[in-house]
Amino acid sequence: MTLHLWLIPVLPLIGAAINGLLGRRFSRQNVAAVALGFCGAAFVCALYVAARFSSPSVPYIEHLAPWIRAGNFHADFSFYLDQLSLVMLLVVTGVGFLIHIYSVGYMWEEGGFYRFFSYLNLFMFFMLTLVLASNYLVMFIGWEGVGLASYLLIGFWFTKDSAASAGKKAFIVNRIGDFGFLIALFLMIKHFGSLNFGQVFQSVSGMEVEKSGAGLLTSIGLLLMVGAAGKSAQIPLYVWLPDAMEGPTPVSALIHAATMVTAGVYMVARSHVIFERAPIALMVVAIIGTLTALFAATIGIAQTDIKKVLAYSTISQLGYMFMACGVAAFSAAIFHLMTHAFFKGLLFLAAGSVIHAVGGEQDMRRMGGLRQYIPWTFWTMTAATFAIAGFPPFAGFFSKDEILWRASRVSLVYWGIGLFTAFLTSFYMFRLWFLTFFGEYRGGGGAAQEPAATHGGHAHEMHGHSGIHESPRVMLVPLVILAVLSVLGGWVGVPGSLGGSNRFDKFLSPVFHSTIPPRQSEGMPPEERTEGAEPAAGRSQELLYTAISVGAAAFGLYLAWLLYRRRPELPARIAQRLGRVYDAVANKYYVDQLYAILFVKPVVEGSKEILWHGIDQNIIDGAVNDSAYNARHVSDAVRHMQSGNIRSYAGWIAAGAAAVIAYMVWLGVR
Amino acid sequence: MVPLSYYLVLSGILFTCGVLGFLIKRNIITIFMSIELMLNGVNLSFVAFAAHWQALSGQVFVFFVMVVAAAETAVGLAIIIAVFRTRATLNVDHVNLLKL
Repeated sequence: MTLHLWLIPVLPLIGAAINGLLGRRFSRQNVAAVALGFCGAAFVCALYVAARFSSPSVPYIEHLAPWIRAGNFHADFSFYLDQLSLVMLLVVTGVGFLIHIYSVGYMWEEGGFYRFFSYLNLFMFFMLTLVLASNYLVMFIGWEGVGLASYLLIGFWFTKDSAASAGKKAFIVNRIGDFGFLIALFLMIKHFGSLNFGQVFQSVSGMEVEKSGAGLLTSIGLLLMVGAAGKSAQIPLYVWLPDAMEGPTPVSALIHAATMVTAGVYMVARSHVIFERAPIALMVVAIIGTLTALFAATIGIAQTDIKKVLAYSTISQLGYMFMACGVAAFSAAIFHLMTHAFFKGLLFLAAGSVIHAVGGEQDMRRMGGLRQYIPWTFWTMTAATFAIAGFPPFAGFFSKDEILWRASRVSLVYWGIGLFTAFLTSFYMFRLWFLTFFGEYRGGGGAAQEPAATHGGHAHEMHGHSGIHESPRVMLVPLVILAVLSVLGGWVGVPGSLGGSNRFDKFLSPVFHSTIPPRQSEGMPPEERTEGAEPAAGRSQELLYTAISVGAAAFGLYLAWLLYRRRPELPARIAQRLGRVYDAVANKYYVDQLYAILFVKPVVEGSKEILWHGIDQNIIDGAVNDSAYNARHVSDAVRHMQSGNIRSYAGWIAAGAAAVIAYMVWLGVR
Repeated sequence: MVPLSYYLVLSGILFTCGVLGFLIKRNIITIFMSIELMLNGVNLSFVAFAAHWQALSGQVFVFFVMVVAAAETAVGLAIIIAVFRTRATLNVDHVNLLKL
């Protein structure tokens, strides 16, 4: 069975190369055709692979070429396909292709059209390399590559200062995480002598569960989590993601919501064999995920920029996924990753459509009443909002509920915080929904022209036509497809308690089956392997939990309706009443400022005072200047020897000869 | 028979005289003669050794030195005459156009 996996990442790479090298001369139609053609071909390949993939319990490995061979250490270019990478493959190529289509409409008026699509295809290449890698090193190529693509695309409007610095911020914060990831890789090389998934996991399978204290696996797990926290924007490295919204909206949808930021979740899930044996690392994952989910959701409540709300919502949802990983519910994490890719991608695309409609405005306080102007956007966004809020039967309901249920089996604290976060999620999403689509339009007549200058819509100001307008069909088709997926996507994983059989979980089970022998598995939730044979009591309990979480979502909807539809004057009064608490939330808890004081300022000052003035100017420049200075002084002293006077030279020669003779005589006498 | 060391001492004295004359004198003709004196001091030690070791190569070398010295004298005197014509002096300290 040859699946030609290599085609899937290479096709977008070819597209990126063509557009990047020649795109400047192409017409927009040709650029779009190349980008869509190669991305679509990758999607078709992925579908072909999915059709041929016969769900064996052993992963399919495709060996391409040797890369690093040093002694016993081998790291080759090879691809790895199992159920987990297949799901990621379909999500990345599918959602990625839809967003490519959308981008054609969204970016049509922008300068640098070919550059945008070249970057976008490049991103696809690296993301697919990441999910298809068969060893951690190839994964790391993809990992760094998506970071690069993310940097390029965040700073796409690089003439704008805020976009350029947001790109830098994302890049630098990601480096911190990558540092942890790299050290984890070095530890693996040192102790397992390999980075291949197969060999590493086999070595790890032979090891004991590290119940107490920190051992090798715990360190590797924690370091991998540092990497994942950087890429997937978890506490404490989440700060780059909200700023990343400076990029074009399709980029926010593709990279900073649907695919790249989930790479951390994928990596943790891929390394589940390691994490299962490191309960402490797993607990840290769960705690970070839970805290991030709550923390980001509270910030999301007070944001007024429509994309910032979605950004914090993304961070919060990623927190859910890490919570799921942390309670060893890896398939639930991947399930949520998939549904999240659908509905959050859709939310961003719809938000882009809204921004497009109102001429570059991003501030929700200047929107409102858009429902009748842009019905398609409204209805698709509604589907996504209900999906993320967790209303049945939308996609987000099943995945989020599975996470909450599995979390509750480990600790009710996780469940409680997760539930509260679900309520917050529902609240801020419906807040966005009501503010944007209901009530009166607050933008005013000049909104289509005036705010573009201040709000980063950049070239939208060139649209010229006033008035709110629906997006072109090329943007609406992806919205509709993603809306259908947001509604139906969850049905692949209907849990047992609702009469389904959770096919998604079963599909992934060959990947995530526990590799710990049963006698050691007390630390694991006992439901792990007895999902199907769950007693009726557990089932009704699960139903109860489900009902509670739906209730929380409904309460969020009600509260948002009350505050932003029925009594719109209330939020301001509440904000005033809360005073400093509200200020703290609205200013994102001053985390950016705190980081600036704690990390940025010491680095900048230290670089300036110690590295620049101290080391560079004094030591390095000083050494060069001093050697020149000394050479001059020595020369000053000895230049008198060179008088140009023949006889003084002859004298030196005679003296030298005398010295040589004296030395030889001395040698002879001795 | 005169011992070898006498020749060598005389040779050393002649050479040292040549060196001192070369270093101290300012008249270019005298300097030239000092060079000849050094060469002949060396020649003396050559023939002394040749006689002492009964080896002819020392003698041969002396002839060789004499030929070189003659050639050198021819070229050197020509230069001195040329210098005297242009500068109207034989004092080497005054022949310093190339000096910085």
